[in-house]
Amino acid sequence: MSKGEVMEWPYPIRYEVEREVAVDVLVLGGGIAGCWAAISAARKGVKVAVVDKGDIVISGAGGAGCDHWLNCPNPCSPLTAEEVLEWESKSNGGYFNGLSRYIAARESYDTLLEYEKLGAKIRDTEDEFKGAAFRDEKTKFLFAYDYVNKYVFRIWGAGTQKALGFKRALYDECKRLGVEMYERVQATCLLTEGGKQGARVVGATGVNIRTGEFIVFEAQATVMCLSRPQRIWRFVSELSGFPTTRPHTCIGNGHAMAWRAGAKFALMERSSFFNTWTDAQGYPNMHCQSGDSSAHGGTVIDANGKEVPWVDGYGRVLKTLSERYQPAPGQKYTGERASDPEYMLPRITPDLPEHVRNGEFTLPFYLDWPGMPDEERRIVWNVMIPQEGKMKWNTSDPYSRAGFDPTRHQPLNYDLMTKEPMEWWREQYRRFGEMGDCGGLVTDWNLMTNVEGLFAAGDQLFASNYHSHAAATGRYVGRKAAEYVLKAREPIITRTQVADEKARVYAPIRREDGIEWKEFNAGSAMIMEKCCGAYKSEELMKIGLWALKKVEEEDVLTAYATDPHKLARTLDVIDVITVCQMIVHASLGRKASSKFLNFYRVDYRQEDPPEWDKFTIIKQENGEVKVGKLPLEFWGPLKENYDAHNKDYIGHVKE
Amino acid sequence: MSIVSNKKVYAFPNSPAPRRPVIFDSGICNGCNECLACQMDVLYPNQAKGAPPLIMFPDECWYCGSCVEMCPRPGAIRVNHPLMQRTIWRDKGTGKLFRL
Repeated sequence: MSKGEVMEWPYPIRYEVEREVAVDVLVLGGGIAGCWAAISAARKGVKVAVVDKGDIVISGAGGAGCDHWLNCPNPCSPLTAEEVLEWESKSNGGYFNGLSRYIAARESYDTLLEYEKLGAKIRDTEDEFKGAAFRDEKTKFLFAYDYVNKYVFRIWGAGTQKALGFKRALYDECKRLGVEMYERVQATCLLTEGGKQGARVVGATGVNIRTGEFIVFEAQATVMCLSRPQRIWRFVSELSGFPTTRPHTCIGNGHAMAWRAGAKFALMERSSFFNTWTDAQGYPNMHCQSGDSSAHGGTVIDANGKEVPWVDGYGRVLKTLSERYQPAPGQKYTGERASDPEYMLPRITPDLPEHVRNGEFTLPFYLDWPGMPDEERRIVWNVMIPQEGKMKWNTSDPYSRAGFDPTRHQPLNYDLMTKEPMEWWREQYRRFGEMGDCGGLVTDWNLMTNVEGLFAAGDQLFASNYHSHAAATGRYVGRKAAEYVLKAREPIITRTQVADEKARVYAPIRREDGIEWKEFNAGSAMIMEKCCGAYKSEELMKIGLWALKKVEEEDVLTAYATDPHKLARTLDVIDVITVCQMIVHASLGRKASSKFLNFYRVDYRQEDPPEWDKFTIIKQENGEVKVGKLPLEFWGPLKENYDAHNKDYIGHVKE
Repeated sequence: MSIVSNKKVYAFPNSPAPRRPVIFDSGICNGCNECLACQMDVLYPNQAKGAPPLIMFPDECWYCGSCVEMCPRPGAIRVNHPLMQRTIWRDKGTGKLFRL
């Protein structure tokens, strides 16, 4: 193609063409949770289909890799499944998902061993790190962060070609088991009995994002494994690629679909701040310059080579490097991202800017890779960075090509110069949530939602976590969905619901002009930032809700797309507008401020009054929004409930 | 650089920035299209057989490197860091500065 030519759409156009698929278990989202759900359901002998917007071999938030396996009691660790939940529960004031976290804690080691059976690498089999403090010599497992308690594994999650990464292993197993994979298909709507909100889910519709073909899936059980919302408060249409931790395809379609079907959500009013991870001008995240995240423990020096002090959770200065990798006196263990001092990881002293201002340190700072012990440098640079999602081809590879040598070179540190060190809270860089803190579906111990036949795992659950949680809950829900199928009645699809959805899906294609997808996202983000942002009030949020409704009821009727790709993006932003309204409803429902939820109302200023120590629950009934409450720890006694629901489960570490 | 005095000029809207999130080496790429596994569907098959795919939606790239990962021919694609993401480092011994 040369300049001036218009290219014809490269794929056959199949608008309006309808295809029907019937399976026992339908999995929406073919990421880590979705693939595991499909595999464990298929192993139970039922017919399974997975629907994904991408190529399943590498799609989803975990598609590009994974370098550590979190919160995993195992034979090398003294910690129990109950204990590994403590740091998140305490750090979040009880606003966490004990139910799904406990399932993950009980089954994540089994899931990890299964990855190994599928051909993935989870041990230092070449003895590259023999004798290192983070290695268990007997099992050859490598651990991260807390070398005493050994409950976070270092793993080799990336790769599709020479190395068999985790996603490739799952994809191959899905194929081997005969799971039907519908790739480049975006799920658009859950189908319910009689087309009624809140009635049993009997399948879903989807549209192919390359051809525009429409697919109707009929299923006994439907498992939601889509990702969490993004682009709620901020939308940058260009330059946004680097600082994100999930592909933009992770947009909250599942949240919007399940909401329309009448499912129950918790924690939707919560938001968080990540100042380097949402901004086009933000530093490329995790490019190993501040001794945090994958490079935890790295030594930071100033312009004159003076070492920046590390402190423990209580603020006491650490004297040795090895103390950065173990709990301090008084701490039981340390947890990644723990904000409670009892579990907080060692960190660079938070009062560093003061030390700079009084002349104790000279800018700039550097991460001193050459000054690190050899095995620490090698495990981070050679193993963790290339395995961490999306870091191999935009960090280790280009750095090496540009001549970067970690034994000689010191990356310039950006974070410590531009913000309070390790301080991720900044008012205007609000996002829906990252690890462990965002809103999502509420389920029972079978991971079934309040809507019969509708299950959820991974990022679709409220307060979800990352790879190990997605994998373990996915593997669990596949089992439960397959068990449900054996007792379920025949699903009956209501044709009028399909026809209505088809009309909605193709409307932007039928128009000759109108508003394109980016403008919708920019518009909804502006409403959210101004009306449901840093400072909330009843009146402001009601105005926001009115404005979002106006966009939905008037402007969305002019949505315009010229091809199947842009149609998919348009359907995405319509879902974003739905999710924004869910957030405002939940925010209106909480008449108190909360530091744990990062939720501040100027009309209800008291932070975390005891009477509000509850989850705000939202759902729709006959099109009406219902706001309710659920007590913290609504899941009941964890061990007893888990055991009662999993009597037949044989795991490697079953107690 | 070509002579511009008789260059044919076309009317275009502005390109998104960055416009080239990945760079193909057309000497190595044989147009096998394995990289179309791109998570965001940024890349589209080229109508010219054997030619590298087209970067159709560069503004949607999130730099996951899936295209490079899927490519069977080393060096055919590389991630191209936008200018504001070119990080800096120094040599510990000499103090010399380098840039990605």
